[in-house]
Amino acid sequence: MSLLSVQELSVTFGTKERPFRAVDRLSYSVEAGEVLGIVGESGSGKSVSSLALMGLIDFPGKVSAKQLEFEGQDLSAMSDRARRKITGDQIAMIFQDPMTALNPCFTVGNQIMEAIAVHQGGSKKERRLKTIELLRQVGIPAPESRIGSYPHQLSGGMSQRIMIAMAIACDPKLLIADEPTTALDVTIQAQIIDLLLELQRKKNMGLILITHDLALVAESADRVVVMYAGQVVEMGPASEVFRNPQHPYTEALMKSLPESGKGQARLNALAGVVPGANDRPNGCLLNPRCPYAMARCREEEPELITTHNHAVRCFIPLGATPEVTE
Amino acid sequence: MTDREQGPVLAGKGLKQHYEISLGAFKPKGIVKAVDGIDFSVMAGKTLAVVGESGCGKSSLARQLTLIETPTSGTLTFDGQDILSLSPAEKRLARQRIQIIFQNPYGSLNPRKKVGQILEEPLVINTDVRPAERKERALSLLAKVGLKAEHYDRYPHMFSGGQRQRIAIARGLMMNPRVVVADEPVSALDVSVQAQVLNLMMDLQQEFGLAYVFISHDLSVVEHIADDVLVMYLGKVVESGTTEQIFNRPQHPYTRALLSSTPRIDPANRIEKIRLPGELPSPLKPPSGCAFHGRCQYANERCHTDTPVLSQAGHNSAVACFAVEEQRLDYIKTTELA
Amino acid sequence: MTQADPSITVQVHPVSSGPAPRKPLAEFWFYFKQNKGAVIGLAYICFIVSIALLADLLAPHSATEQFRDFILTPPVFSDGGQMQFLLGTDGVGRDILSRLMHGARLSLFIGLVIVSISLVLGICFGLIAGYFGGLLDTTIMRLSDILQSLPALLLAIAVVAVLGPSIVNAALALSLVYLPHYIRLTRASVLAERHRDYVVASSVAGASAWRLMFVTILPNCLAPLIVQATLGFSNAILDMAALGFLGLGAQPPLPEWGTMLATAREFIQSAWWVVTFPGLAILTTVLAFNLMGDGLRDALDPKLKQ
Repeated sequence: MSLLSVQELSVTFGTKERPFRAVDRLSYSVEAGEVLGIVGESGSGKSVSSLALMGLIDFPGKVSAKQLEFEGQDLSAMSDRARRKITGDQIAMIFQDPMTALNPCFTVGNQIMEAIAVHQGGSKKERRLKTIELLRQVGIPAPESRIGSYPHQLSGGMSQRIMIAMAIACDPKLLIADEPTTALDVTIQAQIIDLLLELQRKKNMGLILITHDLALVAESADRVVVMYAGQVVEMGPASEVFRNPQHPYTEALMKSLPESGKGQARLNALAGVVPGANDRPNGCLLNPRCPYAMARCREEEPELITTHNHAVRCFIPLGATPEVTE
Repeated sequence: MTDREQGPVLAGKGLKQHYEISLGAFKPKGIVKAVDGIDFSVMAGKTLAVVGESGCGKSSLARQLTLIETPTSGTLTFDGQDILSLSPAEKRLARQRIQIIFQNPYGSLNPRKKVGQILEEPLVINTDVRPAERKERALSLLAKVGLKAEHYDRYPHMFSGGQRQRIAIARGLMMNPRVVVADEPVSALDVSVQAQVLNLMMDLQQEFGLAYVFISHDLSVVEHIADDVLVMYLGKVVESGTTEQIFNRPQHPYTRALLSSTPRIDPANRIEKIRLPGELPSPLKPPSGCAFHGRCQYANERCHTDTPVLSQAGHNSAVACFAVEEQRLDYIKTTELA
Repeated sequence: MTQADPSITVQVHPVSSGPAPRKPLAEFWFYFKQNKGAVIGLAYICFIVSIALLADLLAPHSATEQFRDFILTPPVFSDGGQMQFLLGTDGVGRDILSRLMHGARLSLFIGLVIVSISLVLGICFGLIAGYFGGLLDTTIMRLSDILQSLPALLLAIAVVAVLGPSIVNAALALSLVYLPHYIRLTRASVLAERHRDYVVASSVAGASAWRLMFVTILPNCLAPLIVQATLGFSNAILDMAALGFLGLGAQPPLPEWGTMLATAREFIQSAWWVVTFPGLAILTTVLAFNLMGDGLRDALDPKLKQ
């Protein structure tokens, strides 16, 4: 049984006449102890999907799913209250900008102790001891003195460690990290990712890492989901997907990285932009930009087809039809 | 390439930017040495990248180069002429030739002005060009950055991040600059858009012979676009050299750590991770001696007390490190063979 | 400049921003009309403005003509009312409806003058304070604080007492009283915008301080100022009425609504219409401005927009 099983999760905004599918039938699963990377650019729906999971999508957004199971329990069938008991306790989330995710009016110790109080209770002394222990676990030096700091007194890296401490305070089984290192410098990013992976290993947590940084996912994740304009376009083991990308979008993303353009004068840029709410094309969403697009791509929407645990949403996956060349 | 003087287009020597910070009503003022003695030069048609993490002073340097802030000390020469000692009117003229592109595409365009007005503003302020000619120039530059004539009458909020950066680039070119200082121009953009904008910048560089001072913390972008690199740490240059030198034979421990921390998509490009402990020290209380010694695995007594000076270490590179000087670094010998 | 270099194959992308980007005015109206109260307010104000402009044509009588035979005539719908005096007459036989109509012109004009003076001066001082900072900022703000710390109406009374009671002096006094609000609002916006990249970009392009203040920064500060000006209008009418009520503003026989109230004090119990209708006029006009101001704020607030 998977730790988390998501099937056909959709999030729709807009009106009935003009619905906007921010997330379109997203399906994936996460096992305990596994790192799943969700990769995509802006407008791909990657952040919205995890907010939907945590019940954080407000009206007028509508969330629907065929199945949303956490450890076998159906999240969508629960009352809000029952769901809140699980999210925050067994599923935790950390966000992109630690400076704004922490409440500037309270000390960091206070905020962590509050998280513990809501889900686990305990006397103030017990919670304080637990907080100090958590700060130590996330690598904050001199935790006894840091416990009284305010968020604005901490650097970006420190604040993100505090966020992680808050997230693991209740020993969650699943941790969702939404762009946890985008706002951080590269050496601090490396430290934070190391910390996340170490914690994940030690506690056998599932980790969903949402980011636009392909290389980061390539280095850290076990499996990867590539999203484009709300849909999954490719999914599979990270090493496999990045060694042999089958979807033109994945290939284009990888090729447009400066790393792939070594020695070339120009980078291999994919023309066009991600479609917004109002200019979604008919057929395959990538077809206006896809170098391999055929007539069929402009009329029909391809389905996600899985072969050997590598799933692709494309009529002519790369490597499948040898006659398709650049 | 047109005939130009052989010297660098823009060069600086001993540039410093010290800010006084009030630490309290009765305490003496603290000094933040954002830029602490930088030498650099950039030639026409070439790109100098300034690399470092937040707090290293690269943005302050950018502001000095575009005369937004006056350096506390040091010289800045443009085509051999010292621009800091010019009269305000002459400075204004020189300034037209050094333009800037900002990081945040959502903040660098005036939300209440149409694109056409934004583009024409430099001409309106500095020249007597007639409105019809101004519009013609704005439209031609819009086309050059890949936008359409109809965008001339639109407001910035109607554009995506990548398009706004293109508008910002077009604005930067309106006055025919020789130098463009780009402060993290693609950091806020998606990967595919980033590639488009980088290609555009390189095409424009080739067409107009622009010199770029490209500030970034993203080493993979720098490796692609730069000819020369300056690595900064807490206001000082710790290593400088050609791109090939810095990326294939990094010498300073900080440079190596930066390179190793950058994620690589191709496993073949990954190098052994060097994890730096701790964080960048506060610029208000810089460490004694070498600013990096607190996080460096090769630091010795001398590193605690003396400050290393940037000195030649090879053909086109300079390093400020005692360990390099004293040849205490094992990796240098092995990488030289690479 | 030469044409686009054909060797540069730059992709041209359609703007992905919607079917047709709305002009700012159309966009503003779209959000504004969602607030029904605001639309009603706007409609009423248009109504009042047209009455004010056409008072000479629409009013059945002149505002000052006294009909000695019809003193204190009740309104047409009460016992003893006359068709020629729809809302009755006052203590000296003047037609209340005509006086209200001419008074609308006065009240609106006064409101406009007061708001304009305080807005323009407030913007100038606020821009200077916010842009230059330092000693200039401190001086302007402390003077503004002093003005603000005095009770508004008392300050106005003091000024009028010094200058002499007249509608012009009352207007000047009220402009002075409202000045700090605009200074403060402008300064706050300027401080927020001052260090943004687009201001730096204009500065790098060579803009002088004056151009930066008035051309670059000011348009981005206008939203809260427009709202405050609208609400200021209603405050001006109210305060003007208060001064008029105290005999310090418009002097009789000017048909200013507040003055009309003042001279009607003695008739509260005997001839209710002399007091009520000017009061209602003030009430409805102030309400309309407030409703419209609320709607403006919602329409101009970027955070509320999708």
